[in-house]
Amino acid sequence: MPAATVIELSDIGVTAGTTPILRGIDLEVVGGEIVGLFGANGAGKTTLLRLIATLIRPAAGTGIVLGADLSGDDRYDIRNRIGMIGHVPGLYPELTLGENLRFAASVAGVPADAVETSLEAVGLLGAIDRQAGASSHGMQRRAEFARELMIERDLLLLDEPHSALDKDAVELVNGLVGKIAANGGAAILVSHDRDRVVAIADRSVELAGGSLR
Amino acid sequence: MSTAFRTQVVAVVDRDLRRERRRGDVLWVTIPFGAMALFLFPLAIGTDSALLQRIGPGLYWVTVMLFGVLISVGRASVETQAQRDAASLLGLDPAAGYVGRSISAAGLLIIFEVILGVVAIVLYGFDLIGIPWLIATLFIVAIGLGLLGSLAASLVGSSSSGSALVPLLVAPLAVPLLLGATQAYEGLRLGDSILPWMLLMAAVVLVAAIAGVLTARPLQES
Repeated sequence: MPAATVIELSDIGVTAGTTPILRGIDLEVVGGEIVGLFGANGAGKTTLLRLIATLIRPAAGTGIVLGADLSGDDRYDIRNRIGMIGHVPGLYPELTLGENLRFAASVAGVPADAVETSLEAVGLLGAIDRQAGASSHGMQRRAEFARELMIERDLLLLDEPHSALDKDAVELVNGLVGKIAANGGAAILVSHDRDRVVAIADRSVELAGGSLR
Repeated sequence: MSTAFRTQVVAVVDRDLRRERRRGDVLWVTIPFGAMALFLFPLAIGTDSALLQRIGPGLYWVTVMLFGVLISVGRASVETQAQRDAASLLGLDPAAGYVGRSISAAGLLIIFEVILGVVAIVLYGFDLIGIPWLIATLFIVAIGLGLLGSLAASLVGSSSSGSALVPLLVAPLAVPLLLGATQAYEGLRLGDSILPWMLLMAAVVLVAAIAGVLTARPLQES
């Protein structure tokens, strides 16, 4: 049986005001695939990730992600199946790592005991009461990976997934990505560290001047 | 209201109040400045106790409005794009986010109103009359300001100019609350009916709540 299509973008354009950020984007990603996305600073990589994450609407073209139209209201229904970790941490600095994950668990409808389990999986159980703002960048990223472990995702979008992580954490991230792909999901990894991503990706695409090649 | 929606509202309220407890913006900045404003009025207009007693309630409500706007707006503007994205991808219903932010802002505003109320009574010496109605007014104003602040913050989004615009947007919208609160006290003092003023404030709350819930999703996208 052929793998299900997870992402299908056709002639997608995104603008910021009148400035085109992405244009003529065609991309298809099927279940089980890990795709590396490369490009220079300002090429539109983060915008493409946010578009695929349903957080911004396309100005042109059509896009289907996990069966939902990127321009339709059904995209709200699939949001909790998409995990995204950007290069800026999305944690609340005033809250502890545990409180951040408990908030995520409550909103996502995940049992609260999953918080400790997932923090333990990323080696942060001992830091559960440490404020996110007082934690290193690497610890914050680990905590975000713990959040993604906790919630069952079908699509993972990672911006610079290996930055600020030690060797163990890199293996952990690769394991999470591999697990999602093995379960029929997909992952897109944006990185400047081409070698590390190519090592785990099935294929790579390059974004330049707002277009894929 | 579904269980999932209620759970999300509670999670947002809990998050916001924990963040505020650690940041201390309201406790250590807004409340002292509000109290200072109340203290400065007598210095500016003189220490005529009869005059202060007469205009004290009005000065109190003006102070509550101006500083309250900052409190309600502050709750919404301390969220970064990355935090908003992460919350959206947890499946947070934008309407639940709006309601939760408004409730947490209202909770902080009630604390602010009570502390400033004590300061105002000490400084201006006005009488506490119709206490149940005054308590109802405190709650309605707090809820109204919380809803309006969260709505305005959603309207202007996260742009840097936005955070400066929000108080300017909320202040005029809060005028009916100011009018209702001051006139309700005046009505109690004179023994007049205060029902029209209570209804005016309740209408503001209702309109802000409906508008906020209905526009939460499109505003999140804009």
